[in-house]
Amino acid sequence: EALVLNDPDFQHEDLNFLSRSQRYEQAIRKSSLMVMKLREYGIADPEEIFWFKSFVHRGRPEPLDLHLGMFLPTLLTQATPEQQDRFFMPAWNLEIIGTYAQTEMGHGTHLRGLETTATYDPATQEFILNSPTVTSIKWWPGGLGKTSNHAIVLAQLYTQGQCKGLHAFIVPIRQLGTHEPLPGITVGDIGPKFGYDEMDNGYLKMDNFRIPRENMLMKYAQVKPDGTYVKPVSDKLTYGTMVFIRSIIVGDSARSLSRACTIAIRYSAVRHQSELKPGEPEPQILDYQTQQYKLFPLLATAYAFHFVGAYIKDTYHRISGDISEGDLSELPELHALTAGLKAFTSWTANAGIEECRMACGGHGYSRCSGIPDIYVTFTPSCTYEGENTVMMLQTARFLVKSYSQVSSGQQVTGMVSYLNDLSRQRIQPQHVAARAVTVRINDPASLVEAYKARAARLVEAAAKNLQAELNHRKSKEDAWNRTSVDLVRASEAHCHYVVVKLFTAKLSEISNAAVRAVLTDLCLLYALFGISKNTGDFLQAGILTSAQITQVNQHVKELLAVIRPNAVALVDSFDFHDVHLGSVLGRYDGNVYENMFEWAKKSPLNKTEVHESFHKHLKPMQAKL
Amino acid sequence: SVNPDLASERQTASFCVEKLTALLDGGAEQTRIRRAVVEAIESDPVFSRENQYFQTQNERYETAVRKAVHLQKKMHEMGWTENGPEYKYIYRALSGDVAFLLHRVFMRSISVLGSDKQIAKWIPLATQHQLIGSYAQTELGHGTYLQGLETTAVFDTATQEFILNTPKISAMKWWPGDMGRSATHTVVFAQLYIHGKCHGIHPFIVQIRSLQDHSLCPGVTAGDIGPKMNFEHIDNGYLMLKNVRIPRDNMLSKFCEVRPDGTYVRQGSQKINYFTMTTVRISLIADEVLIPLMKACTIAIRYSAIRRQSKLKPGEQEAKILDYQTQQEKLLPQLAAVYAFHFINDYLQELFNRGYREIQRKNFDMLPELHALSSGFKAVITHHCTAAVEICLRACGGHGYSLLSGLPSLYTKIIASCIYEGENTILLLQTARFLIKCFMAASAGHPVPPSVTYLAAVKPGNCPAKNKLDFLRPDIYTEAYQHVAVRLISSTAAKLQDLIQSGVKKYNAWNQCTVQLVQAAKAHCHYITVKNFAETVEKLETKAGIQRIMKHLCDLFALHGIFSNTGAFLHDGYISASQMDMVTASYLDLLAVIRKDAVPLVDAFDFTDKSLNSALGSYDGQVYQRLYEWAQKSPTNEMSPAYERYLKPLLHNTLSKL
Repeated sequence: EALVLNDPDFQHEDLNFLSRSQRYEQAIRKSSLMVMKLREYGIADPEEIFWFKSFVHRGRPEPLDLHLGMFLPTLLTQATPEQQDRFFMPAWNLEIIGTYAQTEMGHGTHLRGLETTATYDPATQEFILNSPTVTSIKWWPGGLGKTSNHAIVLAQLYTQGQCKGLHAFIVPIRQLGTHEPLPGITVGDIGPKFGYDEMDNGYLKMDNFRIPRENMLMKYAQVKPDGTYVKPVSDKLTYGTMVFIRSIIVGDSARSLSRACTIAIRYSAVRHQSELKPGEPEPQILDYQTQQYKLFPLLATAYAFHFVGAYIKDTYHRISGDISEGDLSELPELHALTAGLKAFTSWTANAGIEECRMACGGHGYSRCSGIPDIYVTFTPSCTYEGENTVMMLQTARFLVKSYSQVSSGQQVTGMVSYLNDLSRQRIQPQHVAARAVTVRINDPASLVEAYKARAARLVEAAAKNLQAELNHRKSKEDAWNRTSVDLVRASEAHCHYVVVKLFTAKLSEISNAAVRAVLTDLCLLYALFGISKNTGDFLQAGILTSAQITQVNQHVKELLAVIRPNAVALVDSFDFHDVHLGSVLGRYDGNVYENMFEWAKKSPLNKTEVHESFHKHLKPMQAKL
Repeated sequence: SVNPDLASERQTASFCVEKLTALLDGGAEQTRIRRAVVEAIESDPVFSRENQYFQTQNERYETAVRKAVHLQKKMHEMGWTENGPEYKYIYRALSGDVAFLLHRVFMRSISVLGSDKQIAKWIPLATQHQLIGSYAQTELGHGTYLQGLETTAVFDTATQEFILNTPKISAMKWWPGDMGRSATHTVVFAQLYIHGKCHGIHPFIVQIRSLQDHSLCPGVTAGDIGPKMNFEHIDNGYLMLKNVRIPRDNMLSKFCEVRPDGTYVRQGSQKINYFTMTTVRISLIADEVLIPLMKACTIAIRYSAIRRQSKLKPGEQEAKILDYQTQQEKLLPQLAAVYAFHFINDYLQELFNRGYREIQRKNFDMLPELHALSSGFKAVITHHCTAAVEICLRACGGHGYSLLSGLPSLYTKIIASCIYEGENTILLLQTARFLIKCFMAASAGHPVPPSVTYLAAVKPGNCPAKNKLDFLRPDIYTEAYQHVAVRLISSTAAKLQDLIQSGVKKYNAWNQCTVQLVQAAKAHCHYITVKNFAETVEKLETKAGIQRIMKHLCDLFALHGIFSNTGAFLHDGYISASQMDMVTASYLDLLAVIRKDAVPLVDAFDFTDKSLNSALGSYDGQVYQRLYEWAQKSPTNEMSPAYERYLKPLLHNTLSKL
């Protein structure tokens, strides 16, 4: 951290005042330096690289993201040893800069729908790559627009007249030396977006572009010189990468929300507004119940997601060990769980960041608050690496499958083991009602049970509705589609349960009593606030009574007052450096107003005292009228 | 040619699109006028928004000024006047992308707050653009709470002047539009001091820039506040005043006057002024809130009809994403909300017109109710529509994030509406204050205003619905909404009283109940919206299929509200657990029904492609070609200096020489 912050090479003008081209240029400049310094300091550990990178770019995307994050790792995992010899060292030394071109203009999450073709020509031992339609143009890959000279392209493989499905090919796209696009390649930037200004997301159109046979990544599937296709052994392994990337998004949700909370809570302590007690000075807005009600549940959520992110990462590392020993048994559940948690946490954080911005009133809307930037950088994660609704439905598929296993008498394990209880409940119809009074709203463990019951009930309801649709003799896909709203709700309830459970489990691991006490309050707030926002689910299932709901609502408000004295300390603990936070409102020293003025003076509109528009338009108009 | 996926959607419309457009416009004649205005503006190249997404803040500002100046000429040419029927469509046709909007607020504040003499002096100057005005209320450290403003205006009897000062940094005026670069004058709100005594906030006309060379006047520091999430075309500004002297005549003095000897005189009733503020909140709903949501729905729904993704049935083509239940559940309730809020806006407009007539007859009885309704609905509608636009954005997958989709700009613009003209939470609490008061009055048997008479007639009992079809009966769901509103208002009132009786100070009790109060105010507005929608549908003509489709949308709006807030309806058992399953079933059934008319329903909004300015939402559905063409125009596709400067050395591994 200090390494980067004190390095004069990494300083630059406030990005808010730069045009998109300038932001891209700055990012490229810093990336180039970064690569050099990483080598200079000998930093090679992925975790350390990640931190170094996040400080150089202050949590923003950068044009080499795809080269470092996708191109190099894909070479490592999917290239044959010969291919690695050819490509890896040049790529490591950045003679080759690559990207990963999967998404097409007309096709996203549904991979099988991709249209790009790679047709094998045994006569020349080449693949001929084509973008046959407008919709098949590769669209969005980061670093593709201006930076990369190679791309790993996903295309439908045709050999001996047959389509063999999607495969990955290494495609040179720009001339080494001149950086001009190669003949047959059309490549460019897709234009301005909601954020990601420093990233050259690009398009790529290929027109009978030929690459040697050896450029197909052939560690698993192969095409022999004569065109014979050799199938891969197992495809489950790709799950691992997806789980890893999604676990990063969960961590990102926690980090982005933490940053927004830090800004909003510090600013709410600095900002004074209106009158609480007649005759007294304007109070800090953080003293208003409505303000606490907006921010403290989000603070609790940021902590919750932090622990969830850590849990997934640890589980992934643990399971990775098993996988390398050939044990894939835990992978399906982890895959299903991370899909849902990716969606659950990114949706929640996305809404939470906006809530933080709104809680800062008008100034939150200024780019100097830093929150607009956090928002636009984070919000695409609701869509990339698997669109959230689709992710929720993947989790639902696993839940329904587990449910039908239980129905047919099998036991299920892991996070879904609560479904095992359902069959027993059906024998005792009074069971659910009897459970109602046993929920203790001051006890996190008891609230975990309440969330568990809610998840069980919603999974069961969705599964039954799905069965009812199937009984109408509809096609399986139709029935699934007609139940999908229920299924998403069930997944959400499941994920919510997992988060409450993991947060609660974390409490017992904390040895410092004061820290444990304050985190217990946050955990309770997280769980109770979730109930008060979803009272219908708990009431309808008879898990809680109306009287208990009233108590829950009351207790939420009491907790707000309890947390209030620690609020600023709780965001200080996130330990974001001012430079990393990038916010005038969220400064550690709280000198907000002076610095807003200083910031505004640098605005491009203020470059000259009289703007040129005056001479061009205003003056002639006044003269004429 | 129209994309066949979109053409097929239009063939199955169950109603006449043109008739619905006329209904939304308030008659076929209005539609005709609107189209003529839009045509005149869009055919003029000066008003083009073609390159908007590629422009910098400086370029956007310059374009907006150019358009504002050109608009004067255009209006003259076309014979449009400020009182003519065309006027209200100009802003819509420009999509708000024009400067000097605050100039109008400047003029209005002089008309409302100025004496006849002041009006006679300033309004002609402003009309002829001899000066450009702004309106400076908000300060760096102070927003919605006006009494907290810190700028001072001290009266100097010796020179008959006011001396204006910004005593500290938090008192700097901050945010006023057109003030950063354009304005020559502004109305400054400041604490008035006479002979050392503070008389509270008053408005003063202050010249800030020279009329000759536009340089800042002595004692004035002003500039642009820097980049925001949107409104790049507006120069929101800051203003610092140091011993700036203005003549006594520059205090707007319709209601308060400072005599030459320093005597402070109040005159007339402030209530009309109060009414004007209230009206502003309502007047922004149509242009600033509903139109962006209508555009977002148009873009998202048309795109969902041409985007295909995954297969619903094996062996078939990939399905339109609009055929997925989850996609319908995202978009169709937003479409229903557009119509619900369109009709409630009509209702409010009518109520305000009536209020205005009453006030002219010196009858101020309606004011509290109008104030409560305008605050509550401003908050509820801006909040709901903002969330809705974001849902539309995210329903368009990756392409929604491209500025070329038009959705990010719609979103970043509409979100500002949650803050300006009164922060939403504060507004809801104002509505709640009114509701609690009325509830107490009604309980004591006193008369209450018409919109809250339901608080007096509380009916006990539970929801009578027996099957899922019962939940398509407006009387059934309207009553459920009424029940929830009454329950939330009465229980909060009881809680307040309990706290006060147990010795908690009144202001403290209020702060402790604010979360509930906000919920109660929302429930009230939601109830009125549903009730008004149902009543409006009843009155629609039955021919051309309009009433039928509106009835579906009304049902969807009502059931969506219950479905997304089940707890409020289940809480006291008014709706039972099994009835809630019926609500869900009816709600999901409706999605499939409205799905068939989704595209015609957005076509009826009648936006031109230029007005949508979206590669995803155009009428012909040629999404991908347009996206590709537009992207190629991006300035980033010119050769970037980054290659020669940084990439080349990097690629050639000569980094160490950098």
